Amino acid sequence: MILELQSVTKKFGGLVAVDNVSFKVKKQEIFGIIGPNGAGKTTLFNVISGVYYPDGGKIFFNNKEITNTECYRRTRLGIASTHQIVKPLNELTVLENIMVGACFGKKSATLKQSVSIAEEIVDVVGLTEKKEVLAGKLNVPEKKRLELARALASEPDIILLDEVLAGLNPAEADEMLKVIQKIRESGITILMIEHLMHAIMKLSDRIIVLDYGAKIAEGTPEEIANDPKVIEAYLGDPDLALKLIKSKENSL
Amino acid sequence: MKKRYTLLWLIPLILAISLIPIITHSVIYRETVFLILMYITLAVSLNIILGYTGYVSFGHVVFFGIGGYTSFYLMHKFGIHLIFAMIMGGVVSAIIALIVGEAVLKLRGAFFAIATIGINEAIKSLVTNLSWLGGATGMFFNFKIYKTYGGAAKAIWFAYCLMVIVTIVSLVTSYFIKNSKFGYGLFAIREDEDAAIVLGVNAKRFKSIAYAISAFFPGLVGAIFFFKAGNIEPEDAFHLVKSIEMIFMVMLGGFGTISGPPIGAILYERLKGILLVNPLFKNLHMAITGLILLIIILFAPGGIVGTLRNRFKKIRSLLE
Repeated sequence: MILELQSVTKKFGGLVAVDNVSFKVKKQEIFGIIGPNGAGKTTLFNVISGVYYPDGGKIFFNNKEITNTECYRRTRLGIASTHQIVKPLNELTVLENIMVGACFGKKSATLKQSVSIAEEIVDVVGLTEKKEVLAGKLNVPEKKRLELARALASEPDIILLDEVLAGLNPAEADEMLKVIQKIRESGITILMIEHLMHAIMKLSDRIIVLDYGAKIAEGTPEEIANDPKVIEAYLGDPDLALKLIKSKENSL
Repeated sequence: MKKRYTLLWLIPLILAISLIPIITHSVIYRETVFLILMYITLAVSLNIILGYTGYVSFGHVVFFGIGGYTSFYLMHKFGIHLIFAMIMGGVVSAIIALIVGEAVLKLRGAFFAIATIGINEAIKSLVTNLSWLGGATGMFFNFKIYKTYGGAAKAIWFAYCLMVIVTIVSLVTSYFIKNSKFGYGLFAIREDEDAAIVLGVNAKRFKSIAYAISAFFPGLVGAIFFFKAGNIEPEDAFHLVKSIEMIFMVMLGGFGTISGPPIGAILYERLKGILLVNPLFKNLHMAITGLILLIIILFAPGGIVGTLRNRFKKIRSLLE
């Protein structure tokens, strides 16, 4: 078990953003988190990455408790994350952005090592031609890839992907999917939030569904798509769910 | 790794400027170059917190004053040699920066800038009210102190040489920070502190260390300056205008670069020299400085070096 949450709760004033959520993530799994807007998905990610501390419950990473570990320490332990709203280091080049990821991540590379790591990773995410460009000058899909590249450069055990496909056109999304699969093949566990149903159903091994901060379902994509609670809360239309399962079977 | 040549011309240039008064034995040149070197060190050290880390320390002159007072007191009361008093001045400045930084470095943007002005004013009134530091009138050297250095004239030349060394050390420090992992951590904080933390940068500690280093050198400069002046008083030591001058020099030369602050410092010293002797402008020199600052921020936010780097890609390895 690489990551385990035990009844984690996070409140903002009177609002319970994450309500008593528990789940376990296995090594090398692609674990999806879905739910309607405002369900608490990004807050849950922030609690895992350490941006927020939970108000209740415990978090374990590689069987060690990290509930009160500072954010930057968790990154060094091997939890890397990307931001839903991209946060490039604007005045640094693409390569330098990735170098920062390598220098301060789990790998804790020296500056010299970080250059060669960054050179490798720009290829993986397809930013080779832009590597000397200032990150602020990239367009949104490129910034999303940069987020991913920085997270990868830290050589994490687990990577939290927060809507890396949002805002990409179908061709770009397909490319990104290939990158994600490559990441999994390299042995990294992936925890992802995604609104693109087709993509998350196809990629994930297991999925949990959040609604109003609480977990309402957990299971394989098929189980989730057939769960009446999920259909009611999120998909709305049971026929759509069936169609999604069929498209998955066809594509496999 | 990229090749970096900036120090290869910058250090010889500064050494060459420093040699002019030594060769010509001219007191006038010595005073001018001393001021230039002092401004360079102040600008270079402010650049570490302002340019590299992105925190606008508006009251940075406070560390110049603290270093000045610490060393002056040690020399005045205990007759400690300038070199040791100077190092103590720098160390005390850095320690105070660490303590104060613990509180104010949590603030971001304008709030941090305002807090640093407050610190300067607070320490100024504290010193003004401490009778053992001379109160509002400050302290004066007994002329006997200069005897250790072979008389007042030789003491001033000694102070001058020390200033050259401090300037070179500050530049080398600035260079090594910029090209280190620590430096990249600082840049990440400057660009987006929240993103930096998520990327694994221990932002709190990095900011504290950067603030302490950027306080250390003004402490040294303050020690040498007031040793040479022979007296120290709160109005001189904690003069907020000096802070504004420091920010101006960094912005003029190019913040976040190695060669920018020294270039800005040299130009500012020359500009001030021209304006102050001109009867038309002598009362307007801060107004003109402000106007130039406004123009830089509006039209060339990268300063001289930043703008040149953007314009001419080929000279980038020479101009960092």
